Amino acid sequence: MAVSTGQPPAAGESARGRSRRHDSPGRLRRALSSHWYAWAMIAPVAVVMLVLIGWPLARGVYLSLTDATEANMGRTIGVNVIPSTYEFVGLDNYLQILTSGLFWDKVLWTVTWTVACVGLHYGIGLGLAVMLNRELRLRSLYRVLLILPWAVPAFVAAFIWRYLYNSDYGVINGFLKVAGLSGVGWLDDPVTAKIAVIAVNVWIGVPFMMVAMLGGLQSIPAELYEAAEVDGASSWQRFKAITLPGLRQVSTTVVLLGTIWTFNMFPIIFLVTRGGPGSETEILVTYAFREAFTGIRNYSGSAAWGVIILAMLVVLAVGYRRTLRSQGDPW
Amino acid sequence: MTPVTRPRGERGPLASIGLHAGLLIAVAISLFPVVWLVLTSLKPRDSWLSAELQLFNDSSLDNYARVLTSTQFPQWLLNSVLTAGLTMVLGVFLAATTGYAVSRFRFPGHRSVMWLLLITQMFPVAILIVPLYNLMAGLGLLNQIPGLVIAYMTIAVPFCAWMMKSYFDTVPVEIDQAAMVDGLTPFGTFWRVVLPLARPGIAVTAFYCFMTAWGEVGYATVFMSQEDKRTLGVGLQQFVGQHWSDWGLMTASAVLIAIPAGAVFLLVQRHLITGLTAGATKA
Repeated sequence: MAVSTGQPPAAGESARGRSRRHDSPGRLRRALSSHWYAWAMIAPVAVVMLVLIGWPLARGVYLSLTDATEANMGRTIGVNVIPSTYEFVGLDNYLQILTSGLFWDKVLWTVTWTVACVGLHYGIGLGLAVMLNRELRLRSLYRVLLILPWAVPAFVAAFIWRYLYNSDYGVINGFLKVAGLSGVGWLDDPVTAKIAVIAVNVWIGVPFMMVAMLGGLQSIPAELYEAAEVDGASSWQRFKAITLPGLRQVSTTVVLLGTIWTFNMFPIIFLVTRGGPGSETEILVTYAFREAFTGIRNYSGSAAWGVIILAMLVVLAVGYRRTLRSQGDPW
Repeated sequence: MTPVTRPRGERGPLASIGLHAGLLIAVAISLFPVVWLVLTSLKPRDSWLSAELQLFNDSSLDNYARVLTSTQFPQWLLNSVLTAGLTMVLGVFLAATTGYAVSRFRFPGHRSVMWLLLITQMFPVAILIVPLYNLMAGLGLLNQIPGLVIAYMTIAVPFCAWMMKSYFDTVPVEIDQAAMVDGLTPFGTFWRVVLPLARPGIAVTAFYCFMTAWGEVGYATVFMSQEDKRTLGVGLQQFVGQHWSDWGLMTASAVLIAIPAGAVFLLVQRHLITGLTAGATKA
């Protein structure tokens, strides 16, 4: 938890309270008088979140229980106001989604995508961070060059890679041809397309992990390593007994954040493969988006997908927090 | 002493070579796409059609000239700058106080605010986009920059608040205490003492916020359908459509977008890192 051991407000507050009067003003009143400025400071964000996230969320959940599409949604054309004609259908949308094979295909691929991406991000990031944490010539140059992919906006990166993957004039096939192999239609086959999008996401995401891990490594006291050396620990033992536990705090946070980001990673798949071939590389988020905004816009179906995705993530986060707590982490 | 335990900081020449080789491979992979992008953009008009591995045979700035004069790229750039700039200013402005309150005060609801901030980061585009779209349509804000900015607030505000919190965590509490002893109110302390100290943090949060809005595609695709209202992420999709693509235009504009962003990024990355990890280790 954050520092705040001294609790500066408590000091100022008790002084003010004393000068006022002694008869205890009741719990709510007391809480109000000692915390009102904290609440006042939170107010702007609370209002924004309530209006811009709370309301649309509530409405999204409501829409998911109706049969709203573009066709029966109320709208205004010129001076004519067409009222909405969609109806409340209860859990039909959810039943329909949860019983369709498509949904489970997408869940399987989304989980594969998330696990593969976060695993590779973490593994490669940690590996590079350990390498960069050694005494090394040109260390800061390596570091800057390795961070570079992070500086490229995601949509630009997606376009670059789509060009590299192009089957006719992409450079990857160019290399293959130079090596005497025949080109591969990277984005035309489900399997290679999936590998391709994972590779793009790994390329984009590794720098963040590397940087976070490097920060974690540098906060481990050097004395621990010295002590371990005196005791004759091998470098692998030192890594296992000092480095990994020392990185625990950072790791738990970045892995959770990374999982959420990857699960909802929209631009990469949307721009590199456009979900294709067919809808093979479509993850839950991009599928729900397409559902809402192509063809006859299926607003209710898309909202139901959204609610399901959110529910999955919340369950994941809560479970994660539970596990960490039970292992004694201060979450 | 056994031979396996080599003191830290010393290693054999073989290990050194291995280390450098590993890092060089990683650098090559991280750099190659960017280098190739720049090289392609410098080729003359239709040479992107070949994957030949030739370097500066006949470089030209033809692609850049075409992007800047015969496409709507400048208009899109302006839209993007306006949108991202507004998002940044509003986001940081709204979030700063919350970050401070969460970092310093233990008040009822403290924990739930932190969790709320984290959970809103999980919101998939799909769940908010339809209600927001309808809301914008109702308010007549579709194809308007303020409308897109409002939509981006849903991403930017929780994120900025979280980032600001980690920066305020790095400012020693003793400074607040000293200010309070000297008679400042909690607001006065925040405004006149802590905020100026957190200026680098604000700069980095602002930059990060800017980049988030700069690179967003989902909301922008749906909300900005009118051609002259598009932002870069939407507009660029046009260069490489289903039926017609011109990678010369695409690569040149990608370079134009990435260079300023990358330059600023490299300047602030050191602060960015300390902020993120400080937040992570203390969260």
